[in-house]
Amino acid sequence: MTISVNIRKTLGALTIDAWFECGGGVTALFGKSGAGKTSIVQILAGLMTPDNGRIAIDGTPVYDSATGLNVAPERRHVGYVFQDARLFPHMNVRRNLDYGARRNRDRAGSATGPGFDDVVDVLAIAPLLDRQPHLLSGGEKQRVALGRALLSAPRLLLMDEPLAALDAERKWEVLPFIDRIQRDFGTPIVYVSHSIEEILQIADTMVLIANGGVSAAGPVEEVLNRPDLLRAAGDGNAGSVIPVQVTGLDLAYGIATLSFAGGEFRVTAPDLAVGERLRIRVRARDVSLATERPQHVSVLNVFEGTVAGVSSAYGPQVDVSVDVGGTMIWSQITRKSLDDLSLQPGAKVFAMVKAVAIDRPAGPP
Amino acid sequence: MFSLSPLELEAIQLSLKVSLWAVAISLPFGIAVAWVLARCEFPGKSLFDALIHVPLVVPPVVIGYLLLVLLGRKGAIGGWLYDSFGITVAFSWQGAAVAAAVMAFPLMVRAIRLSIEAIDTRLEQAARTLGAGPIDVFFSITLPLTGSGIVVGVILAFARALGEFGATITFVSAIPGETTTLPVALYGLAQVPGQEGSAIRLVILSIVIAFAAMFVSEVIARRVRRRISGT
Repeated sequence: MTISVNIRKTLGALTIDAWFECGGGVTALFGKSGAGKTSIVQILAGLMTPDNGRIAIDGTPVYDSATGLNVAPERRHVGYVFQDARLFPHMNVRRNLDYGARRNRDRAGSATGPGFDDVVDVLAIAPLLDRQPHLLSGGEKQRVALGRALLSAPRLLLMDEPLAALDAERKWEVLPFIDRIQRDFGTPIVYVSHSIEEILQIADTMVLIANGGVSAAGPVEEVLNRPDLLRAAGDGNAGSVIPVQVTGLDLAYGIATLSFAGGEFRVTAPDLAVGERLRIRVRARDVSLATERPQHVSVLNVFEGTVAGVSSAYGPQVDVSVDVGGTMIWSQITRKSLDDLSLQPGAKVFAMVKAVAIDRPAGPP
Repeated sequence: MFSLSPLELEAIQLSLKVSLWAVAISLPFGIAVAWVLARCEFPGKSLFDALIHVPLVVPPVVIGYLLLVLLGRKGAIGGWLYDSFGITVAFSWQGAAVAAAVMAFPLMVRAIRLSIEAIDTRLEQAARTLGAGPIDVFFSITLPLTGSGIVVGVILAFARALGEFGATITFVSAIPGETTTLPVALYGLAQVPGQEGSAIRLVILSIVIAFAAMFVSEVIARRVRRRISGT
């Protein structure tokens, strides 16, 4: 399963010029609002026509300006979950779910989609089936919208910030379901978001969108470990993503030990279990650097490493990458400090990590 | 006790028949025109819009006369209809229905158009991504969501058709038992001295029918709204 996209479209002041390929799993389109993410997925769905280019799903072109091909949205078999659920107000939940299913039941030449009962079960919407959409909460609506798109047996599922309209609590109610859809039904998903947390939870591949163009694409860990790129895409929380395993718990202090390739993190984490594997995120601005081992400091996590690189900087801040036993930890420091400490690639430094964010992999709901 | 004279009964039956037919034949066109006006952009749209509204702004007599010229047995369309199919609508109850339909058409279109314009087109987009083609979307999403607008349009058109007089009497005249709808019959009675009593009875009848129609339509409109929003 591959989706290859190569499109151009001028929308007022914004020019979309996007070229990327993605495979199965969850591909996240990440970028500032106004960067053109929504336009790209609308073009994928056929709801907007690009000026020129080519889009192919699984080798089958659905749009090709060279041959004048532009497959209508209803024949692309691309599911779309909108930010606002867009449930049909004159139908109850069951009829909403059936809408796409009925229209795709006897489709030849495509894999059969997931069954009604399976989808209702996975999304836990059985109690809602006979209700009208306006009686549902935001999270419930979005789950029904997920199910409706899924039951139309799509070759590809587009999700345009499906959680953006939900409050934080509801978000975590819906996110695990998206993760389960991917695991249980294997439908490839293109997921638009401007939230690193969401992407870390569910995405495998990440495409960075800035000013209508693609500034980076690749596995999530790889792209997320490029704070310079992330910052360009509008993320102030850029930093390193590090896979770790819980290797110890100090219950007296409420401190967990998380081991990674270059050492151990000690974090306050009361509800972790030994053996658990996690991804942790260290924001570049939470890391300070010293050229000598700091003495008598309250910071628990100090790592010795060497400067691997310094991002070219035009502002007062620079991103320094520190190689700690093979793992990159990024630090955001001022250009003045960089010069005062005369940090060059290869120099020995101590990285002090002041805060660590733990992103648990989404468990079954 | 209150009993209806044969003349009154005839006028009521004719009025209802003419109005129902007028609404029935104009409804499909009304929906189509409303959809075009709500959703399509094309050169000459404002002219088309103005043309639809003509019956609302010119005197009904003018419309009646135009119908006579066009649909009369020697008219441009009427002549062809008569020569080809032997059909003639002038001076018949069918002609009265046509006159009422034309006069009521702008009201019907206006109500339905407003209702179509109020529909969130993003719902239609969602339907497209679920595998519904444009015609399918129209019948499964647009039309059901226009329900309340259609009901309102039908009511307005029916009420207008019941009261239609000017175009009717010009186009189909007052032929007893054929085109003497309530207003036409009432006008006839008003012309004759000493018929004030009968005239008043027709006035009361007209009001009663109008109220009954409004009541029934309100019940239907409420039911349609409830079905759409579920409240």
